[in-house]
Amino acid sequence: MTTMTVNDAISAALAEEMRLDPTVMIFGEGVATKRHDLLEEFGAARVRNTPLAEGIIAGTAAGAAATGLRPVVDLLFAPFLCYAMDEIVNSAGKLRYISGGQFSFPMVVLAMTGAGWGVGAQHNHNVESWFVHSPGLKIVMPSTPADFKGLMKSAIRDDNPVLVFADIALGYSTGEVPEEADAIPLGKAAVRREGRDVTLVSYAKTVGTCMAAAETLAAAGIDAEVIDLRSLKPLDETAILRSVARTGRLVVVHEASRLCGVGAEVAALVAEKAFASLRAPVLRLTGPDAPAPASFPLEQAFVPQADAVVEAVRSLMDERAIA
Amino acid sequence: MTVLPLDPVQALERMMLIRAYEETLIDLHGRGRAAGTCTSVGQEAPAVGVVSALTADDLILTNHRSAGHLLARGADPGRMLAEVMGKRDGYCGGKSGSLHISAKEFGVVLTSTIVGGELALATGVGLSRRMLDKSGIVACFFGDGAATEGRFQESLNLAAVWKLPILYVCENNQWQAFVHRKETMLADGIVGQAAALGVETAVVDGNDPLAVFDAASAAIDAIRRTGKPFLLEAMTYRLRGHFEPDDQGYVDKAELARWRDRDPILGLRARLEREGRLTAEAEAAMEARVRAAMEAATAFADASPYPGVEVLTTDVYA
Repeated sequence: MTTMTVNDAISAALAEEMRLDPTVMIFGEGVATKRHDLLEEFGAARVRNTPLAEGIIAGTAAGAAATGLRPVVDLLFAPFLCYAMDEIVNSAGKLRYISGGQFSFPMVVLAMTGAGWGVGAQHNHNVESWFVHSPGLKIVMPSTPADFKGLMKSAIRDDNPVLVFADIALGYSTGEVPEEADAIPLGKAAVRREGRDVTLVSYAKTVGTCMAAAETLAAAGIDAEVIDLRSLKPLDETAILRSVARTGRLVVVHEASRLCGVGAEVAALVAEKAFASLRAPVLRLTGPDAPAPASFPLEQAFVPQADAVVEAVRSLMDERAIA
Repeated sequence: MTVLPLDPVQALERMMLIRAYEETLIDLHGRGRAAGTCTSVGQEAPAVGVVSALTADDLILTNHRSAGHLLARGADPGRMLAEVMGKRDGYCGGKSGSLHISAKEFGVVLTSTIVGGELALATGVGLSRRMLDKSGIVACFFGDGAATEGRFQESLNLAAVWKLPILYVCENNQWQAFVHRKETMLADGIVGQAAALGVETAVVDGNDPLAVFDAASAAIDAIRRTGKPFLLEAMTYRLRGHFEPDDQGYVDKAELARWRDRDPILGLRARLEREGRLTAEAEAAMEARVRAAMEAATAFADASPYPGVEVLTTDVYA
């Protein structure tokens, strides 16, 4: 085991995959400048700076992916993906289907998002559900360095376009990463904490929030299970349903806003497939329908906090059982 | 990798096939048997001229007005018609329709109907040629409308900076959907923008397939020699509307008449007759072959079954 940050875990995954496969390359604005180790080891052809034009960066990745390369592109901040929507959604996501399966798009799009640095709404916007709604794409949003490394490796090896969203606040967080970390399969959730009374489903930084809430709840005799989705598409429906079948209560927690967010999908899934298990209404704790503010207290107020999760769970425990 | 000189008689027949294909589609649409399409009527010369200058290793990216490029490359009009009619034997199994037909077996890759979409993808295809040490170049067809998209500048700039082997072919057909080029840009063409980005350019009469072939051959030589991108602007005209059906009520009658007089097929035919290179018998034989090819194509597309609904969700993911 080695202790490393999320940022270093991403770099380690890139380096390992570039060593294994000469078609893997990375480009984006500042990539060769910031990832100097990769530039040193793999050279200027495979590690490239680009103009900061996100559309052409993503389009170049899609064109390259369809014709023999495995590009990784760093588009920096998630809201910048607005400039690359056509290339990601209309080209990388659809041209396999449109062409009757003639092409595949083994490419990875990296972007940061989330509260923590006070960068404001045009650098911080949790847009992951837009892409969950777009066919042909896979989306991961891990919470630990080990998962970042393992899922990044899988994303690079996958023959589909994979978007890897990195929560800004987690970039310098540390964790244990196995030396010989293998790829972690896309579409598999992790049970971070087992529990009997309530299921907390989350991803990215709010997994930590749920873990903190679970500790507080445990002190009050409430046993919370925490599920870290890790992949938003494919979604690990089995892990969610299995847990809710046991606990009968569900709170979904994420920083992205509530309307048509991942939480809505998880809630609907449980309503459709595990209704009989439910002993209380499903709750969602999310960011508001507002742009993310820069001011620290406002930014923190945007993100669901552990005490709110605790309150939500307590309200569910007080609910009279539905059945 | 040697490209033979363009045989003008063969070029004429290929242009006639493209025209006949589009007219067949218009007819099928008129009889309710095919969806409306964006035709390439009037733009046959850049398709035949440029594609004839390519080798088998070269790749083509095209757009919604793609029939000429595909047929010039040797695609089967029967499979193309089947695609437009949503049939199983279409190049894309019926999932594309007319607007984004790709045929990987002919090197026609990643057709995008988003105007400018092909420009954003072409750089990646050029990059893979470089990184994988492939000998082929990339020909990217787009229109003057796409050149008003920001992606035009982004694509040419990156191709210039990274020295990507891309032949950008602007078919300046004077129309951007329902808007005349003169309403959306002050310059008469787009080469000035490309030159400002450091991309070598040439302008050619886009209704003369032989001139296009020569210009494209010179451009491709330059790309193979320098490794740098090149932009060829072919000045032509969209003789039909944006999307069938279209009464072209918004088109200036005098301008349309002028360009009809310059119809690329009539022009080449008259020239070959004048030069004594095309006899009436040869012409009749050519017409008969084209007619037979389209009859066979229509019969093939008609006979092809619709895809089963079980393929509705196949090929979403690799």
